[in-house]
Amino acid sequence: MAEMSKVRVLVGTRKGAFILSSDGKREKWDISGPHFGGWEMYHLKASPVDPNRVYASQSTSWHGQMIQRSNDGGATWEAAGNQFTYDGVPGTHQWYDGTPHPWEFKRVWHLEPSLTDPDTVYAGVEDAALFRSTDGAKTWQELSGLRGHGSGPRWQPGAGGMCLHTILLDPSDPGRIYIAISAAGAFRTDDGGQTWRPINRGLKSQYIPDPDAEVGHCVHRIAMHPSRPNVLFMQKHWDVMRSDDAGDSWHEVSGNLPTDFGFPIDVHAHEPDTIYVVPITSDSLHYPPDGKLRVYRSRTGGNEWEPLTKGLPQSNCFVNVLRDAMAVDSLDSCGVYFGTSGGQVYASADAGDTWAPIVQNLPAVLSVEVQTLP
Amino acid sequence: MIRVVLPAHLRTLASVAGEVELEVEGRATQRSVLDALELRYPMLRGTLRDHVTQQRRPFVRFFACEEDLSHESPDTPLPPEVVSGAEPFLIVGAIAGG
Repeated sequence: MAEMSKVRVLVGTRKGAFILSSDGKREKWDISGPHFGGWEMYHLKASPVDPNRVYASQSTSWHGQMIQRSNDGGATWEAAGNQFTYDGVPGTHQWYDGTPHPWEFKRVWHLEPSLTDPDTVYAGVEDAALFRSTDGAKTWQELSGLRGHGSGPRWQPGAGGMCLHTILLDPSDPGRIYIAISAAGAFRTDDGGQTWRPINRGLKSQYIPDPDAEVGHCVHRIAMHPSRPNVLFMQKHWDVMRSDDAGDSWHEVSGNLPTDFGFPIDVHAHEPDTIYVVPITSDSLHYPPDGKLRVYRSRTGGNEWEPLTKGLPQSNCFVNVLRDAMAVDSLDSCGVYFGTSGGQVYASADAGDTWAPIVQNLPAVLSVEVQTLP
Repeated sequence: MIRVVLPAHLRTLASVAGEVELEVEGRATQRSVLDALELRYPMLRGTLRDHVTQQRRPFVRFFACEEDLSHESPDTPLPPEVVSGAEPFLIVGAIAGG
């Protein structure tokens, strides 16, 4: 019963975190925050097995990285471990100018709590690496097989830095994890993070010398439906892509999108072939085409897309929607949420047919996650 | 008694309102003051200096007695006015950091 349920939206912004709460109708919202005012909050995410356990990535250029942990759904917080030390001698990757540059830890972009253990959480960091904690974020260990698998010296930063921003845990196979790095591409492990391989076959990127190289692709986001974890959807720098074989090969499903540049992509909670993107004009124009903020929905797993505009600004809108700033709840009907660089968080309680802002004047939104609570 | 003034974000992080007063064993230096500070407020580890190298973070500065001590050796004795508690040891976020 949607009316009995609650949703909690965890919003990370450039200047603090906000928690937006509503009942299952998703009409009236309570706004809590700013939490950690003034700090950059790249991402907050709760454990699926203990919804009151929330992890948050907090940073400033002054004081570096903090990890915060809540055991009461974000009402109170405690500082957790913030030591992210690369395993061994970090080596080099490509700098912006193509010269070798040593790996340097900068920040945590994404926190992905385990599907089964509330004390286990993965962290995707810049410069790109994957860390794991098994003690509730007190201590962190690098899964260095990713960075060390061989192609690391050829990885290069995207405009936002060389960040590991996407972590997908396969609910049907505890050994399988997908990650994505800007601008190296997508990678998969089948042994719980010990060994990794690039999964970028079929991607074509005109901004690298060999457009179909093994690595070097600026993958912006990957999404999956938990009932069908072999099917992946990708928003690349340019191109919306799909894989039906766990990333072994990709094909383009941009279809009739007005532009296939963008950052987030997500999947409907109950319809594995219903997917959402937010088209952005181009790599040099990070705002929606024609000043119209439109979410595009495909009900066919790609290729055929329809614009969703009701309740979204359709003139003079020049905000961006970042890669971690879209999420879905699991109510019936599915709620879809996204946050903008202009500080709005929009919600749709009807799978995207109509939209309304929950809140309009936050700092620039970096991330949006949603919890569906009993 | 050494008086330490933290920047705003670290006062929030450590849940302190005003100055921090520290007893420092042995000679008072940047290193011994920061060691004592981190011992009392473990959440500050990594926010002022690197966990491993112990180097000062680039956007953190140390001032006292109207002097910038940031580039002094961490083992240089602090000025006597800081050691006596007459003057505070100021930990400042660089203007470029905000």
